[in-house]
Amino acid sequence: MFVLGTTTIILFSIGGEGIGADVLSGMLWVVIFFSSMSGLSRTFVSEEERGTSLTLQLMATPAAVLGGKLLFNIVLASGLNAFVVILYFLLIAEFVLKTYSIFVLTIVMGSIGLAAAATIIAAIISKANTKGTLFPVLSLPILLPLLIAVIKLTSMAVEGVAFEEAMDEFQFLVAYIVVMVTVSYLLFDYIWKD
Amino acid sequence: MIARIILGLWFAAVIILAFALPMSAHPSRWYELPVIPGLEEKARIVFFHVPAAWLSTVCFVASMVYGIRYLRSRSLESDTKSAVAAGLGFLFCLLATVTGAVWAKFSWGTFWNWDPRQTSIFALLLIYGAYFALRSAVEAEEKRATLAAVYTIVSAAIMPFFMFVVPRILASLHPQPVLSVQGKTEINTMMLALLLASFAGFTALSLWIWNIQVRIQRLELKQTPVFPGG
Repeated sequence: MFVLGTTTIILFSIGGEGIGADVLSGMLWVVIFFSSMSGLSRTFVSEEERGTSLTLQLMATPAAVLGGKLLFNIVLASGLNAFVVILYFLLIAEFVLKTYSIFVLTIVMGSIGLAAAATIIAAIISKANTKGTLFPVLSLPILLPLLIAVIKLTSMAVEGVAFEEAMDEFQFLVAYIVVMVTVSYLLFDYIWKD
Repeated sequence: MIARIILGLWFAAVIILAFALPMSAHPSRWYELPVIPGLEEKARIVFFHVPAAWLSTVCFVASMVYGIRYLRSRSLESDTKSAVAAGLGFLFCLLATVTGAVWAKFSWGTFWNWDPRQTSIFALLLIYGAYFALRSAVEAEEKRATLAAVYTIVSAAIMPFFMFVVPRILASLHPQPVLSVQGKTEINTMMLALLLASFAGFTALSLWIWNIQVRIQRLELKQTPVFPGG
């Protein structure tokens, strides 16, 4: 619903005018960012609300909980983003890709990166009092380098840059994901056993 | 007391010298500052802007280090130190952003143009903002300390990405760092001395404020009963 809403708003605001590929690739990630913000923030909050987090603490090791939540978030983010992309292609005719390989890899790695950052932030906010509003505030600075890189990659895909030329950006994304997952793994114990 | 007076005099001297020293194209006397092409009189901002920007990152690192210490020792003292350092860092970050924006208005013609330097300091401002939003959202002291420490470490792990990716994607108009490794010719001894004096002043000032704040927080921690009503 959220995805449909934002895409419709974007379509109305464009109003049939020709719009640059740069702006369109930026807006794709705006839609993705906000839809994941509403979806991925629920990861740990739902456990706290239903009162199941204590049982989880007793039954499973923190690493297992984190791994499970991370995998779930990756699946959720990938599904959500696939939906956004399909909708975006159907509704916005101007959005034409030239290098599909870059685009597909960007969406996949962007989803993993989003999920990795969102998981640790979701774990932090589940222990805070105001849960809903805090999530975007905390995740925006963490996600900013990722967003800058994926927007750059998407506009590369639209412009038709060769796949090899985008390697630097992909290396950056891999580094981002590895750092995020490692930091989450190291710090999750402290948040979880409170 | 004496240290305070010395610090006051030191800063007064730095400020007066920063504005009063003459600039000349070929500095021959020891007190003359060099003219940097394209910057001219606007170069005087370096004495205040650069130390402020430097301290905003130093305070961020200090906040992270005390965050790690808190997670290891679980003493609220470390958390207090971390939070006070973050507060100071936020102050200096604001100062650096505002002075930079005013300088940009006269040098580049606009207050804000998403230069890489501006983007990364904007990210630092966002991180500080998020940090305080997180702290204000948690009531229990120990939980707040843990979450805040975790968040500083996560965001510190992200900072290198800003230094790496942002300058690569956008071209910068920002003047090169004066204290670069290659040894610049644009700056002379007097300018360097004054800049270092300003650095020393800024660092001493922030250490002093930090010390006072930590002591105040410690007293407040003692006053509030550990078990309210118990």
